Amino acid sequence: MTLAEKILARAGGKKIVTPGEIVTAKVDVAMSHENADVVLKAFREIGLKKVWAPERIVIIFDHRIPAESERTAATHKRVREFVAEQGITHFYDMKLGICHQVLPEKGHSIPGQLLVGTDSHTTTHGAFGTFAAGIGGTEMAGVWATGEIWLRVPETIKIIVSGKFKKNVSAKDLILYIIWKLGCDGADYKSVEFCGPTMDDMTIASRMVLSNLSMEMGAKVAFCPVDKKTIEYVSSRNKNKVEIIKPDADASYEKILEFDVSELEPQVACPHAVDNVKPVKEVKGIKIHQALLGSCTNGRLEDLASAAKILENKKVAESVRMLVIPASREIYLEAMKAGYLETFIKAGALILNPGCGPCLGGHQGLLAAGEVCISTTNRNFQARMGSAESFVYLASPATVAASAIKGEITEAL
Amino acid sequence: MIKGKVWKFGDDVNTDVIYPGKYLSITADPVEMAKHSFETVYPNFIKEAKPGDIVVGGKFFGCGSSREQAVTCLKHFGIKAIIAESFARIYYRNAINLGLPILVCKGISSKVNQGDIVDIEFETGKIKNTTTGEEMQATPLPAFIMEIINTGGLIPYLRQTAKK
Repeated sequence: MTLAEKILARAGGKKIVTPGEIVTAKVDVAMSHENADVVLKAFREIGLKKVWAPERIVIIFDHRIPAESERTAATHKRVREFVAEQGITHFYDMKLGICHQVLPEKGHSIPGQLLVGTDSHTTTHGAFGTFAAGIGGTEMAGVWATGEIWLRVPETIKIIVSGKFKKNVSAKDLILYIIWKLGCDGADYKSVEFCGPTMDDMTIASRMVLSNLSMEMGAKVAFCPVDKKTIEYVSSRNKNKVEIIKPDADASYEKILEFDVSELEPQVACPHAVDNVKPVKEVKGIKIHQALLGSCTNGRLEDLASAAKILENKKVAESVRMLVIPASREIYLEAMKAGYLETFIKAGALILNPGCGPCLGGHQGLLAAGEVCISTTNRNFQARMGSAESFVYLASPATVAASAIKGEITEAL
Repeated sequence: MIKGKVWKFGDDVNTDVIYPGKYLSITADPVEMAKHSFETVYPNFIKEAKPGDIVVGGKFFGCGSSREQAVTCLKHFGIKAIIAESFARIYYRNAINLGLPILVCKGISSKVNQGDIVDIEFETGKIKNTTTGEEMQATPLPAFIMEIINTGGLIPYLRQTAKK
């Protein structure tokens, strides 16, 4: 069986499952952010007094922190009250950062487990070998009530990655290139398994970029190999015994694709679709007004390091607003110790508190009509980050930093 | 059987287009949400669509964010069903869980036009474009999913199960 099949068989109490089959699976971790407010409203409508397992529910505020409006403040308040009432064990108020970074840091992303989250980029946790899928708020209310969810066993696409990245080319460029090849629905309903020599060499942070953005080709779940590196990370965050889980040697795949990264060049997803990808050199020279470094895709320490190296002793162009958002408090502190924050501040960038920032158009740096933003985030849909007449280009931290200095889209040399 | 006028959209219509993120924190009132359906990119929809209409999408309808407001807004607008060549998985599940009938029908994009009237038979997946007379076959939903939709969505369904 593939990883998805193995985990769903276990969670569904079956010996074996095959793609297309629908299983009722037991959920290990149920994650929600501010939209826990939607969930709790639906949960109350079911008429149950208590959630199924308060220790398996994780709630975190990250989308609009600190509250940008009275309405959000009231949302936060309602959720806090619900957390207290239900005795929900793992509640991370607005101090820690983005859910897809904080959950691994706090030891909730475990190989072989089933995690559902009311956020589409929940696929990120597949980087740890977790069957992690996004669901809606009402469906989560069902999980809070029963601890179960019906899931269709997905077909699996295996992606073998080989080769060494060139300087200033990273996991972000690779996944944008893969999304361009497969299209935005190329993995719709599917499980993706990344493997190959490049994956073995890759840091946990880079693996998370691949699992995170696999959502943008429609994936239900997206796994990276579970190896020594994974076990070391997870064990340092969670006291429970963690085991390596691997697909069977005779697992059956719908498709096997191979990518060699040795000749890969920096890529950029152009407005208004994540699969509208071009090499950066083809769009070089487009003037930018905002440069955004952060998000659940690229707000980790290695991302900040890569941008800081380029911005060291340089200035962000006068015409550009550069926003830097560390993905979590832990990363924020590490970046401070490493001197990256000082580099950003001296270069003229603004540092915002860990969280989702303007990625989803909620607050903190929206765009006016006619403005262009180059961003390390995950979506460039029309009107997502502000005006319907603004333009978002998605790229790697290195490309964003280099473009911020020049005031126009450019490759990092 | 559902009969309604078609509102036709293209491929890859995402949830930011169906329900803009900027309204997520502004309202939790479904009636208010309905007023912002497709607002930024297809402003004509709110002005001209009527309760009882049917949304027809191309491939990968509802891609992007998991926000179920992108289903809630259409349901409370009075949209009776959504049919598309294919759906993004979270959107598909959200529609079922909120009790909004949803069907996958390959080839529908080339068989209906904006403003056509279609008849939909959910149990069998039979769709007829009564404007052109053309017939189509959608993939019928499994029985347990039909039951969730017919009960009005996951919440009423669970309430009913809890009683039993």
